[in-house]
Amino acid sequence: MATDPLHQFQIKPIVPIEVGGLDLSFTNSAAFMVLAVVLVTGLLMFGMRGRAMVPGRLQSVAELLYEFVATMLRENAGPEARKFFPFVFSLFTFILAGNLLGMIPGSFTFTSHIAVTFAMAVTVFLFVTILAFVRHGLHFFSFFLPAGTPLWLAPLMVMIEIISYLSRPLSLGVRLFANMLAGHTILKVFAGFTVALGGALGAGGYVFGLLPVAANVAVVALEILVACVQAYVFTLLTCIYIRDAIELH
Amino acid sequence: MSMGELKGLFGRLAAVVLLAFALAGQPAVAFAANEAEKVAEGVAAETAEHVEGGLPQLNVGTYPTQLFWLAITFGLLLFLMSKVALPRVAEVLEARQEKIANDLDRAHSLKAEADGVIQAYEKALADARASAQKVLADAVATTDAETARRQAELAADLAVRAREAEARIGAAKETALSNVRTVSAEAAQAAVARLVGLDLDQARAEAAVDLALKERA
Repeated sequence: MATDPLHQFQIKPIVPIEVGGLDLSFTNSAAFMVLAVVLVTGLLMFGMRGRAMVPGRLQSVAELLYEFVATMLRENAGPEARKFFPFVFSLFTFILAGNLLGMIPGSFTFTSHIAVTFAMAVTVFLFVTILAFVRHGLHFFSFFLPAGTPLWLAPLMVMIEIISYLSRPLSLGVRLFANMLAGHTILKVFAGFTVALGGALGAGGYVFGLLPVAANVAVVALEILVACVQAYVFTLLTCIYIRDAIELH
Repeated sequence: MSMGELKGLFGRLAAVVLLAFALAGQPAVAFAANEAEKVAEGVAAETAEHVEGGLPQLNVGTYPTQLFWLAITFGLLLFLMSKVALPRVAEVLEARQEKIANDLDRAHSLKAEADGVIQAYEKALADARASAQKVLADAVATTDAETARRQAELAADLAVRAREAEARIGAAKETALSNVRTVSAEAAQAAVARLVGLDLDQARAEAAVDLALKERA
């Protein structure tokens, strides 16, 4: 009887692989990453297979997803960021698929692991920083001194700006991880209440145990919303960082 | 039923309910204890699985595999999206955009054409109306002229005929008058011969008739 709310985050190897002393096993986490890739690619390839002028249902979903991310990128990062669309689209769909797959009972949520979310956040951070350097060279450092700052405030402002810049990957990665962790833990805790009530009060306890089940239904709806919103927020912030790198304020 | 009786009834009812709960509670409590034990066992078993304990997310030992598979799967997704899937979507969307733009263009040109045709039609209609009016006016004018001419002809013809008739009448009158003279002279001759027995010659008789006519005139 699984009632430990953190048990669901356990990473279990499916195919043990070890390379040079490193454990690179194909785990439940890896399996869901592969599933996410298969689902996203499948949706686009299968949905667009007809290349219909008037789209069917699945093609509409694929096109909607495309237009949604394209609009987000254009409005928040400007038209110049068009060439980064595949990266932003992959980021959004990968996180969205990971979050939503995690809502299936008994599944694994790879976005609830800080290692994954932080790695993605650092990827975004390195990507926009390199982009800014390539476009602006050393002029990039002017980013840390907002225009119009009085000279006597400059040291303080530069420090604040550098700290805020460096905290970007941290907040980006932790936000997604913490949301997924908290949501899934709450679901499990509520579900555990039913079992505990049944354990403590017997048959009557299972009747009262319907209350946490009802609450869980609401929490599941909320978590599906959170799954979409967090994928959106992660991608939106990436778009904004890309604009910062292109325009330097 | 009095108030006291009602209270008594409720009291007995409550006692029965309590008794029922107490009796039913015996197995329920036993079941609950059993269940709690099972739950505790389950938690213990799961906790034993956690090698380091605490959050599985903080188990550094799982980081290499997570990062490795993240790099592989995300890299694969990025490749598939940028090389295969997204160009396909873009192609369809562009084709649709182009078709819509083309259709709009064609609709615009067709509308312009239709406007031209309507204009030409209206012009032709106006022209036809004008020429019809002209033809009508011409016809009316021609008819009027013809009528006038024929009336004039008729009038002239009638005048000629009237004059001829008058001349004929005049001639007839002349003839009749001269006949009357001759007949009168002959009658006078015969009357003289009968009455007087005189043979009056014609010249004298005629002179006498002329005289008498002159007197009467």
